[in-house]
Amino acid sequence: MRMIIKGGRVVDPEKLDGIMDVYIENDTIAAIIEKKNDSPPFKEDDADRVINAEGCIVAPGLIDMHVHLREPGEEYKESIETGIQAAGAGGFTSICCMPNTKPVNDSKEVTTYILKRAMSLRSVRVFPVAAVSLGLEGEALSEYGELKEAGAVAVTDDGHPVVNSQLMRRAIEYSKSIGIPVISHTEELTLSNGVMNEGPVATRLGLSGIPNAAESIMVMRDIAMAELTGGPVHIAHVSTSESVREIRAAKQRGVPVTAETAPHFFTLTDQSVAEYDTHAKMYPPLRAAKDRRSVCEALADGTIDAIATDHAPHSALEKEVPFDEAANGIIGLETSLPLGLRLVDEGLLTLPQLIEKMSLNPARILGLSAGVRIGGKADLTVIDPSRQYVYHAAEGFSKSRNTPFDGWEMKGRASFTIVDGRIVHEI
Amino acid sequence: MGLSRKDILDIDSLSVDEIQTILDTADGLKEINSRPIKKVPTLRGKTVILFFHEPSTRTRTSFDIAAKRLSADSISISASTSSMVKGETLIDTAKNLEAMSPDIIVLRHASSGAPYLLAKTLSASIINAGDGMHAHPTQALLDMMTVREEKGRLEGLRIAIIGDIAHSRVARSNVAGFTKMGAEVCLAGPPTMIPYGVDTLGAHVTYDMDEAIEGADVVMTLRIQRERQKSFLFPTEREYAKRYGLTPDRLKHIPPDALIMHPGPINRGVEIAPEIADGPYSVILDQVANGVALRMSLLYLLGGGVRNADDH
Repeated sequence: MRMIIKGGRVVDPEKLDGIMDVYIENDTIAAIIEKKNDSPPFKEDDADRVINAEGCIVAPGLIDMHVHLREPGEEYKESIETGIQAAGAGGFTSICCMPNTKPVNDSKEVTTYILKRAMSLRSVRVFPVAAVSLGLEGEALSEYGELKEAGAVAVTDDGHPVVNSQLMRRAIEYSKSIGIPVISHTEELTLSNGVMNEGPVATRLGLSGIPNAAESIMVMRDIAMAELTGGPVHIAHVSTSESVREIRAAKQRGVPVTAETAPHFFTLTDQSVAEYDTHAKMYPPLRAAKDRRSVCEALADGTIDAIATDHAPHSALEKEVPFDEAANGIIGLETSLPLGLRLVDEGLLTLPQLIEKMSLNPARILGLSAGVRIGGKADLTVIDPSRQYVYHAAEGFSKSRNTPFDGWEMKGRASFTIVDGRIVHEI
Repeated sequence: MGLSRKDILDIDSLSVDEIQTILDTADGLKEINSRPIKKVPTLRGKTVILFFHEPSTRTRTSFDIAAKRLSADSISISASTSSMVKGETLIDTAKNLEAMSPDIIVLRHASSGAPYLLAKTLSASIINAGDGMHAHPTQALLDMMTVREEKGRLEGLRIAIIGDIAHSRVARSNVAGFTKMGAEVCLAGPPTMIPYGVDTLGAHVTYDMDEAIEGADVVMTLRIQRERQKSFLFPTEREYAKRYGLTPDRLKHIPPDALIMHPGPINRGVEIAPEIADGPYSVILDQVANGVALRMSLLYLLGGGVRNADDH
């Protein structure tokens, strides 16, 4: 199998940025050719597929480090197959799936099941994230050694905080010897028993509020844990200006902390809840305008390393109910890239910065490979940044439609998603 | 005459003209309640479902009597008698009710916003009879009716509302209603009971009860729920009564013709002293009486009754 991606702007942050042709042989990037005088590894006539990428960006394959695939256990919301299709359509060549399945991924068996299922589909790569604690119960460590051998790339109790600080300390310490990072869902449960952001909108709607401190208290604790142990901590779904401030200060002192945020936090505010839209309900909740600004600034200055969707499919059963009874979470795989590109259009991020946050940085945090390199894996995303369209959740690949972005006018999308030299999605 | 709207979900979406129409109609209908035969055929053949998903005596009875006095058929369903105890969702229960062709569904629900979900889904008119901490529009309208009746106007009045503002749908709807009609509302309570950003609703806020009631034309105290002690909102009823209870001592801050109101049920001796609740300033029972007329007005305006029919 030979493929040429012709005439696109090849961007590998800090290494490449220019109009080039990418030659792919089987699963490997065989050549990256800038000038006609370089000799190509094979002729255009010998290629099985030539992609005209003029006007497009050829980027390292995008990585979403925070996805809920729901399989095993809740296949009515999403399956590994539909989640992978949605990921491919969104331009992702790799996704990391959270362990809050039924059963919980706290064992080699569940990790192996997910990997086998994903590999049999020969599409987007799936990297399981296993549980910090057995059953996500916060009482005993899961077997990180065996989980890592089985293919888990990180551990988290996502969906629940690790309440017990001693357990968090030991998880980070123990994970150091295994080389598996700990991802923290930061939530102080005694403060977070509301259903949306605390503030004027919640007050008007008569909904109980969740203060910013419910998140930032735990961010502070986990920074303290990283300082105490010297082990890395990755903070999931950062939503508040206080969290940003603490992470920025910790990074300046050299604490090994990294962070991600989700597209909805840099795009929306709690105003989106108005009229009780359960598609704007998630944890952490959509915050105030000042928090949204802080998250954008933190993306720009590097305080927040990664953009991850927290893709959380739920069916109408969980969402067509009164707001306080509705499940937390929204889908995001198919809208993350165009929402990220809005930041580039608005001048908040450069294109290479966006690609870092959607590919290279997640790879670095999790120890995966990413990049456009000769001899490297041919995991690539071809992005058409000027393509305009209206996003309709009903036409998406996810089984679920719980998104506040339904009907939004979008600009930019993945025109080709290539994994191991194979096109897994094209439009 | 009538309202060109399907539902009554909150006060915010009502215009000043609509509120005036509702209050004027209630004033007119009130007389029916003192006739020897308290029934007119206005809504004959109309079906009103009282869907109360949360316990209520006063509001449900008030709607029920209002419907019956207008000759509508009213059916009462509570959470414990509905299939929701069997795990049916709110929307499914409501769709089943709708299949029986009611004209109006009156909903009381513990979740803020639940009436919006029904209004979006069903073609019957929905009247919000209280949703979570969000809104209680019929209570606010009957409060406005009572004040207008006593004071002759709403514009320019000073209304003090005292108590657990954070958890009160009555406070939210009254702030929206009275400010819309040109009155000034001052809210008071301990900081634990004042929600964030409440000033954006258009009310003044203070932690000092005496400041709030100073020169007030209306003082409304709200019920203190004992179970809130567990969420640390106040130390004891004793301390609450001392700092925020309406006591004879505090009456000296209030002009002699001020009205004392309470949406009920009252905790005598906690938020209001018994002698004040039963005293000459109190219009607490007038509120209840007006509640029937006000709800008749809403049923009539939404149910499309023929006004003239009541004389035959």
